[in-house]
Amino acid sequence: MRKIWSIGLIRALIFQILGSAIGAGLLGLIRLAMGLSWKTEPALVVGGFIGAIFFMIGIGGFSGWWKMAMGEDVPEAHDVTEPEGIRRYFGFSLDHKVIGIQYGILSMVLLSVGGSLALIFRTELASSGLQILDFVQFNTLVGLHGMVLIASILMGVAAMGNYVVPLMIGAEDMAFPRLNAFSFWIAVPATVLLLSAMLFGGFETGWTAYPPLSVRGPMGIQLFFAGVYIVGWSSILGALNLIVTTLKMRVKGMKLFVMPIFAWAVLATSIISLTATQLIGLSFQLVMFERLLGMGFFTPSNGGNPILFQHLFWFYSHPAVYIFVLPGLGIISELLPVFVRKPLFGYKWVAMSSMGIALTGYLVWGHHMFTSGIEEYLRVPFMYSTLLVAVPTGVKFFSWVATLWQGKLRFPVPMLFILGAIIVFLIGGLTGPPSGTVSTDLHLHDTYYIVGHFHATMFGGFIFPIFAAIYYWYPKITGRKMNDTLGKIHFYLMTPAFLVTSFGQMQIGMLGMRRRIADYDPTLGFDTSHLIITIAGYLIGVSVLIFFINLIISAKRGEVATGNVWQSRSPEWSILPSPSPVHNYKGMPFEVVGEPYDYGLEGSNYVLPVNQTGQAD
Amino acid sequence: MSSITSSAQYQKKLAINRLGLWLFFASDAFMFGGLLVARFYLLGNRRLELEQTLGLIVTVVLLVSSFFMNRAEVMISKGNQKGFQRSIIVTIVLGILFLAGVVGVEWQTAHFQVNEGAQGAVFYMMTGMHAFHVLTGIIFLLIVYRNGLKGKYTAEKHYAVEASANYWHFIDLVWIIYYPALYLMGLI
Ligand SMILES: [Cu+2]
Repeated sequence: MRKIWSIGLIRALIFQILGSAIGAGLLGLIRLAMGLSWKTEPALVVGGFIGAIFFMIGIGGFSGWWKMAMGEDVPEAHDVTEPEGIRRYFGFSLDHKVIGIQYGILSMVLLSVGGSLALIFRTELASSGLQILDFVQFNTLVGLHGMVLIASILMGVAAMGNYVVPLMIGAEDMAFPRLNAFSFWIAVPATVLLLSAMLFGGFETGWTAYPPLSVRGPMGIQLFFAGVYIVGWSSILGALNLIVTTLKMRVKGMKLFVMPIFAWAVLATSIISLTATQLIGLSFQLVMFERLLGMGFFTPSNGGNPILFQHLFWFYSHPAVYIFVLPGLGIISELLPVFVRKPLFGYKWVAMSSMGIALTGYLVWGHHMFTSGIEEYLRVPFMYSTLLVAVPTGVKFFSWVATLWQGKLRFPVPMLFILGAIIVFLIGGLTGPPSGTVSTDLHLHDTYYIVGHFHATMFGGFIFPIFAAIYYWYPKITGRKMNDTLGKIHFYLMTPAFLVTSFGQMQIGMLGMRRRIADYDPTLGFDTSHLIITIAGYLIGVSVLIFFINLIISAKRGEVATGNVWQSRSPEWSILPSPSPVHNYKGMPFEVVGEPYDYGLEGSNYVLPVNQTGQAD
Repeated sequence: MSSITSSAQYQKKLAINRLGLWLFFASDAFMFGGLLVARFYLLGNRRLELEQTLGLIVTVVLLVSSFFMNRAEVMISKGNQKGFQRSIIVTIVLGILFLAGVVGVEWQTAHFQVNEGAQGAVFYMMTGMHAFHVLTGIIFLLIVYRNGLKGKYTAEKHYAVEASANYWHFIDLVWIIYYPALYLMGLI
């Protein structure tokens, strides 16, 4: 019993259950004292938030700050001794590498949950008529599939940012280690809340939660809101930490324009998450209060306007797409030179294109509302700003092509996924302008064409790159390589399967198949296409299963790889041994002396160890 | 390694902490900005039916509190512990007065309920989110006051004071924008 209690995660989950009950009970008592009867919905909301706070108390997320507030001395993060072994990963660790892996595990868990939800409703869609689900169940699954995978992607982005960025820039840890651990752990109770929406009636709105439907539907939406709200805070605080780390913790000699390109991508991403995330939190908060107190934000009969919600919501949710893909595109630019043995073409332009995408991303949200009844005069400006995004994105593509040109290509598993990412993201990118142009979007809006386009951008911009990143940095984490054959099976199964789903979705979308519909008219002739898409979806599932098996067995049985496996110039490979030591570069100081991507240039160095003699005294 | 940090390390940490706090303000400002957008989107050129005198009083109270907050920070940076504690207490009291004015009086006596139209929604949400920040600010100030009594802050090292002061000014700034948006702009 004691042993179980000492595992942070289990203790915290018990705390969360207790906290939820206490919160809900207390609210009931207060209402009773005010002469009001029991109501489940407010109890659910209050219990949900109190439960999340209790979770953080249980994991120990407040203890350091509490001591600081009480005026006690709190040790610096690197002086804290942490338990050895696997238990460290289930508790409140302050080490950015541990937190990075925790994020990674949570991301993969959510990836499999979100993917499985999709397989359930894809099975329903495989033929016309209703077979296994009713309408609310179908809608709940569709909405949760979207939001669970958004959470998964945010966690995956944070995983890469946390594990890799401090190592790349030679920092001893993140700028705020306690805040970092807090940002990760707060996402866990949030996930629990998000998924428990299924247990309380589900919700009908899809992941966008548009009012007035979200104001009226079942109360599962409240748990969905609470979960997203807290995940949002996790993302905001994580982004804050990454920005400060990148700007203030770089090693000697590492100017901004010689830092690894991935650090630029994470910086750009973090600027968006830091600011825009507030707006999805706010929009969901307003619906939450509208439901609880009858406030008139979005119901026209009470003075509100549902279009306001869409403005606030898309102000985040469009840039969110760049939060998801910028790190992935950064991975492509980061890994490509390593496997091509050539300098990255136009480093400065690539760095600036990340910033450019981030900034133009703020100006385009209206393209989701062409058919919503927004002001007529806003449509064309939003169309042009949307098409403008193609410029910095194009810079990246030209850089990749020019980097590949006349390179000495090698094709290990990470490189396969990089090339897959480029091709799939190209498909996603090229199918974008028709949805961003007013005249064509009026036809395509809310059809499966959008679904196909969006999944191509997500796979090309995140799924393929993060698999590349995992295959690439796995030896850095474990000291072993992942199995090559299984990796290749994963790639050659997932890529065609994905292309079939994506093109299939676009095809039936253009013929008029609507999104978020559990059933369709058999006379439309979509049955065969839907069946093929569903089968391909299952094949993606199988390929990811093979990846998980590989991930687990390679930790014990993989080929030992402690050195610079990929002959990279980046400091985490050229200076550090694998697996990376607890205190990063402690005892191995280095400085930046050259350009990061001068592969193939005789005698050039990016980083060099600092002579130890000066430090020995 | 000892936990005694050298001056250079302290300066580096200070720079990191400062940047972190400013980024937090930037983030929070987007939330407040979103509410401001909601106000103009829903009500446009319509002014809210509010008690003007009361609005003016609470605004003056908050502005004066920011002045005392600034005094507290200046005093601790000169090593004047007594003056620092006195100014912080004044700030806290004024902060509580502001809360009492908004939540205790204005909320109770407003001409409309929370569920009455866009006016009720906008007013209670904007003042509510602002009041929530004032409340957290007061909690931070209480912590700083308590640690100040213990002599935790010196003229050289008092980042907690600086941080809570900046937070307090930030909340004040938000109100300087919210006050005209709620009380002054538009027509009844
Ligand atoms: Cu968009």
